[in-house]
Amino acid sequence: MAMQAKPNTISIDGQEIAFTAGQTIMDAALAAKIYIPHLCHYPGLRPSGNCRLCVVEISNRSTAACITPAVTGQEIRNNTPELNAIRKTITQMLFVEGNHICPSCEKTGNCKLQAMGYYLGMLDDHFPQFYQRREMDASHAGILLDRSRCILCDLCVRASREVDEKNVFAIAGRGTDAHLIVNSSTGKLGDSTIAVTDLAANICPVGAILIKEQGYQVPIGQRIYDLHTIRETALQENVTKEHHEK
Amino acid sequence: MSFVDSICHFNFNPAILISMMNQRPLHHSDSPREHLLHRLYTLQQEFLHISPQAMQQVAAEYQLSLGQVVSVVEFYSFFYTQPCGRFHILFSNCTSCGYLSDEQDLLHLLCQLLQVTSGKTRHDGCVSVHETSCIGLCDHGASLLVNGLPITRLTEEKITQIAQLVASETPLLQWPAEWFEVHNTAHQRSLLLTEYFLPGSAMQKALIHGKDETLAEILRSDLRGRGGAGFGTGKKWQLCQQAPGHAHYVVCNADEGEPGTFKDRMLLCDHADALFEGMTLCAFIIGAEQGFVYLRGEYRYLLTHLHTVLNRRRQQRLLGQHILGQPAFHFDIEIVIGAGAYICGEESALVESLEGKPGIPRIRPPFPVTHGYQNQPTVVNNVETLIAAAHIIVQGSAWFKAVGTEESSGTKILSVSGDCQLPGIYEYPFGVRVQQVLDDCHAHNVQAVQIGGPAGKMIGAADFNRAIGFEDLSTGGSFLIYGQHRDLLAVHRNFAHFFAHESCGFCTPCRVGTQLLKNNLDKIAQGRGTAQDITEIKQLSHLIRHHSHCGLGYTAANHVLDGLQTFPQALEAPLQQHFSAQFDLDQSLESARQITHRDDASAHLD
Repeated sequence: MAMQAKPNTISIDGQEIAFTAGQTIMDAALAAKIYIPHLCHYPGLRPSGNCRLCVVEISNRSTAACITPAVTGQEIRNNTPELNAIRKTITQMLFVEGNHICPSCEKTGNCKLQAMGYYLGMLDDHFPQFYQRREMDASHAGILLDRSRCILCDLCVRASREVDEKNVFAIAGRGTDAHLIVNSSTGKLGDSTIAVTDLAANICPVGAILIKEQGYQVPIGQRIYDLHTIRETALQENVTKEHHEK
Repeated sequence: MSFVDSICHFNFNPAILISMMNQRPLHHSDSPREHLLHRLYTLQQEFLHISPQAMQQVAAEYQLSLGQVVSVVEFYSFFYTQPCGRFHILFSNCTSCGYLSDEQDLLHLLCQLLQVTSGKTRHDGCVSVHETSCIGLCDHGASLLVNGLPITRLTEEKITQIAQLVASETPLLQWPAEWFEVHNTAHQRSLLLTEYFLPGSAMQKALIHGKDETLAEILRSDLRGRGGAGFGTGKKWQLCQQAPGHAHYVVCNADEGEPGTFKDRMLLCDHADALFEGMTLCAFIIGAEQGFVYLRGEYRYLLTHLHTVLNRRRQQRLLGQHILGQPAFHFDIEIVIGAGAYICGEESALVESLEGKPGIPRIRPPFPVTHGYQNQPTVVNNVETLIAAAHIIVQGSAWFKAVGTEESSGTKILSVSGDCQLPGIYEYPFGVRVQQVLDDCHAHNVQAVQIGGPAGKMIGAADFNRAIGFEDLSTGGSFLIYGQHRDLLAVHRNFAHFFAHESCGFCTPCRVGTQLLKNNLDKIAQGRGTAQDITEIKQLSHLIRHHSHCGLGYTAANHVLDGLQTFPQALEAPLQQHFSAQFDLDQSLESARQITHRDDASAHLD
């Protein structure tokens, strides 16, 4: 390293930013309004590191920004063509693993997976589809669970445990058998304690958990990612703030 | 080098074994209840599956959410949510002890004879036949586990006999006893396998010299972890000793799941005293009162023996309260048995499993050495490492350092199998050349050697002069030999299927990437690959290797990258010169034909 690094400072793509003790690279970046693409991270919830969209490089080693503590002097590469190509491939992996029906999905335009595809310039699936059979659960009066569209980001699991304090969801199974399960005696959402107003019912980045009877209230073309990029919205997201204001 | 051949028989008496299989594993008296994995195992044994009602009952007993119990049941291969057969047969699918023996598909043969579909229980509930990852019997040829008991050296004839015994529902007790024998054959012995270990000898020395000097001796020996990564053992113990915590723990990783590894099977049989003493030494240094051996489920048949040794050591005051009369030294060891998950060999996944959770690797740092079991400082060491540590304290660090190389002191125990005349266990000083091992095990016309198992390195003849050691070919001990006649594409496919099956599913690159890699290799084997697939495989392999969450992902594509470099023909020869569809159009209509009950010419494309 040429120069002595300033204390509590990291550099992302050459831009120096300050961090406070205990922050991850993702926390510090978002606070400094630097976007590191992510799907399974949500400010205010405990980071998981599963989606791997937030891979960054420090001294040619890849790491997930959301679970890596910021350390003085780190020189981080983030917005590079190589990393964005990796992120595009990871997004394609998520698309082919599930059964994503964008044109007929109610989440279209509001979906972060789709928005990530737009942001990274994804024009096709690239890989053959897996066509996995995954269970649909329509048992709840107000909430639909379609596992076909789940990307196993674990956000609903964490939101339910950490914010709603209900522990409604978990992930079970190994490898591509991994799937979202509902913590109720029948395994059905209708028999769980989830409510339509819970964060867990609203945090799904894709169309796996949908609130019923409010479809297409906002017309296609005027939805979140029709008007903004995922980069713009991500820099404004903060669960603790939103939730405390409720 | 002199050729030493010795055979240790560990004779399995089926009667003892069967009673053992039904016995609940013992648990530490301080623990409020038995380990969750053991409770689930008991239910699996009793009801041949774990029903939703059983899961609810367990959740209530353990005051866990039902979701946690379900996620544990569905994570481990040896727990089933649908009933297994009264005879539950697991064939290994490893390239050495797997069911494909001399081009004969023994699993298929048994399924045919018993009229059962692989992976499904026969309608009368009598039998189920599944395949499973390597069961650590690679020196015994094709092998299987029937209700947890090993049957080795499978042949067409033996399969026919097994089919008859199953069909007549003959109890296992009446099956030929010699079928269940497992021989531990050490063809080459060096430091660890020649020294007799007197129980208590290391602890007595440690008590005389004190904690600091004992740790210093381990540090001076330059002993490094034998699992393959090679972290300094003394350093690990020191870090753990210094880490603040309410309690410290020592854990032995006896989850040797790397296909082609079986040395722990012998070490646990014949060297359990040295292992437990190594753990006790570590406990003495780091200040632990509780230790765990995490034993792979495939080795459950070693449990009775291990408990016998533990009990004797308690009687000898080498375990329990006031060890060797020391007023303030209390330590005991509990054995926790896994349930079929390769990922639990990763130390943080192992700790999760110890805590009764799915074996998903943790975010690291923090490492287990500061935040391990119950978030307390924990040493996790390999079986061989702990045995070496016990010997080092008895013999001195100079004895250990006199053998091996600059960066790799001591010896390495290899599990040699595959295309050779003398498969078995070989202990060499570090620095031994691959060719020396091949000569000693009488392997001729060798095409490739897979060092360190599927996660390790594949080398060809040009590299046979390379050395085993942390500075060159690092290995946990698996040494798989492939002769010239072997189809290496089949080997790559085997490994790719293994990783896809064992990926924990946590991170996208590994969960989806290992499946894609598997599909790509299958496509080439089906004669549908093109040059583009090689490019795809390379890109995918780099992505999995560099961007996954843990060691499984980092290493899952090694074999194919090595293969493309050293044996490109194996993957490139079957490629099509011109573009071909990646799926068979006519085959894709099969489900439509079944639905419409048609199979006439116009229901086909050609």
